[in-house]
Amino acid sequence: MGMGLLFDATRCIGCGACSSACKEQNKLPGKVEEVLTAYTWTTVQEREGLNVRRLCMHCEVPTCASVCPVGALKKTPEGPVVYDAERCMGCRYCMMACPFEIPKYQWDRPVPVVGKCIMCAGRLKEGKPTACAEACPAEATIFGKKEDLIWEARTRIRQKPGAYVDHIYGLTEAGGTSVLMISNVPFDKLGLKSNLPGEPPAMKTWQVLSNIPDFVAVWAVFLYGVHWITARREEVAKAAANGNGNGRNGQGHGREDRS
Amino acid sequence: MNTTLTTPATLAGRRFRPGFWTAVFGVLFLAFCTVSVIRYTKGLGAVTNLSDQFPWGLWIGFDLLCGVGLAAGAFTLTAVVHLFNLRRYEPIVRPTILTGFLGYAFVIVALLLDLGQPWRIWHAIVYWNTHSVMFEVAWCVMLYTTVLAVEFSPVVFEYFGFHAPAKFIHQLITPLVILGVILSTLHQSSLGSLYLIVPSKLHPLWYSPMLPLHFYISAIGAGIGMIVLESYLSKRAFHRHLEMDLLEPLARGMVVALGIYGLMRLQGIARNHAFGTIFDLSYEGRMFLLEFALGVVLPVVLMSFRRLRTNPDWLVAGAFLAVLGFVMNRLNVSITGMEAASGTRYLPSAMEITVSLGLVAIGMAVFAFAVRTFSVFPEGPVAGSKELPRRG
Repeated sequence: MGMGLLFDATRCIGCGACSSACKEQNKLPGKVEEVLTAYTWTTVQEREGLNVRRLCMHCEVPTCASVCPVGALKKTPEGPVVYDAERCMGCRYCMMACPFEIPKYQWDRPVPVVGKCIMCAGRLKEGKPTACAEACPAEATIFGKKEDLIWEARTRIRQKPGAYVDHIYGLTEAGGTSVLMISNVPFDKLGLKSNLPGEPPAMKTWQVLSNIPDFVAVWAVFLYGVHWITARREEVAKAAANGNGNGRNGQGHGREDRS
Repeated sequence: MNTTLTTPATLAGRRFRPGFWTAVFGVLFLAFCTVSVIRYTKGLGAVTNLSDQFPWGLWIGFDLLCGVGLAAGAFTLTAVVHLFNLRRYEPIVRPTILTGFLGYAFVIVALLLDLGQPWRIWHAIVYWNTHSVMFEVAWCVMLYTTVLAVEFSPVVFEYFGFHAPAKFIHQLITPLVILGVILSTLHQSSLGSLYLIVPSKLHPLWYSPMLPLHFYISAIGAGIGMIVLESYLSKRAFHRHLEMDLLEPLARGMVVALGIYGLMRLQGIARNHAFGTIFDLSYEGRMFLLEFALGVVLPVVLMSFRRLRTNPDWLVAGAFLAVLGFVMNRLNVSITGMEAASGTRYLPSAMEITVSLGLVAIGMAVFAFAVRTFSVFPEGPVAGSKELPRRG
């Protein structure tokens, strides 16, 4: 199941330490912006009197990784969805397809790449937590094994009935994510998508793509069959015309006469 | 030099008089070059209205989706002639293949502008992700462009007097055509599959699990429409006659394709319970009405009448509506239908439109050059200024 992050909107004080730590960790230029950009991989937004973090949700079956034609985006067993800027050719299908609208592009550069949170994949390898979780003074963002985080979220919701919406955002959304969120305000009011299917969107295309080899074989045989029949008909018609003169005309020849 | 042995047609082909359209082409070509330079030096943001909220715009919606779709006449007609053996359509195969090839070349040039790092376009060959529709699209573009080039190459070989390779390709025509039809089937449908992954973003008037089939069948209809339009434009430009005896039955095929497509669209909307969104006069509803009434219902109705189909003016009008409806559909899927979910409005910038128009102009100029130089039409190279003998 890997590692993950749990964000508790009721605890966030909106100090922005997570965003600054992220900038520093990933050497991102400029100051923290209000929305996600190629240079701001996480930010805190104020909604309904609450502070909400925006960051990549790190899907279990990431739509971005499934649509990338060159496999520049990948889900690692540790949890992060990482991006290989050296492979990316800039088709931006990941941006189009991501149900959470996370990947952003360097529109201002002649040699642009995609920017998005990579859950500090390098730090995780060293056994360290993400920079944002380490920087959070209010324990609004905590880092840990995803199964422990689910347990923790459930405990918080159960222990204070009414203090939370009874839903862990990210448990089922788009097939489940490594980043989980809990809140006392419905998630759609916090600007989070609430119309996401429980099945990973990637399955929708795989249903079509997985049938291609069979389709090609059947279609090739069919097309060749059509060709064989029409060519054979012509041969037969020719032979009939040469052999026994006016024997069998008027049958559909697959070829209309043109004089 | 006195070259008495040249045929009159070839001689006429050499005569080229620049006129109004040449000037239009020149202006568009220069504008296209200027925008390209800015795009490569300053980045995509400097020339397009694309944004993080709206990463795909006119160059995908028009240049890619329509460029590929309008090339669909080539696989349809080669299948009709070489697989269904209806040889009488042979005279219009070459210009149709040329149109198809130019459509694909148009797409590739557009991709070289739209991709963030086009110099890495070869990555699709080296790094594979078979779960990606875009991967399928990339391979189909590469392979089918090659097939079209090979299908057209005998025309060029003949011009240079290389008869052996032309004959060799002629012998390979059946497998080549089958390969072309398979690749086209995959490619046309895959452009629809691109949008399968955004059920939560694409408006229910356009989203459907059947999108690949919608794209495939509408491309056949519009591809036939393009054959008629291209014949008409050639008639206008090169004083050819319109092959009504061939185009009229093709228009019947167009009615069938568009009819099936129209029913499938209605079924898709019923499945999404989205009929209500048509008549609430929302932005999407109005755009859908325009697309469907003008681009599907009207051409199907008009072209159902034999009297209209056999009239050159009405036939061209019907074909034009089908192509227009096709273009509106692709723009609606890629732009109109995606706007609400993105939370922004996208209107292409003047520079984006310039690039698209410039590419269309370049395509038409190359077509004109090709038919003046090579034997694309049955009567050989054509001239822009001379009455040619009518084919028997």
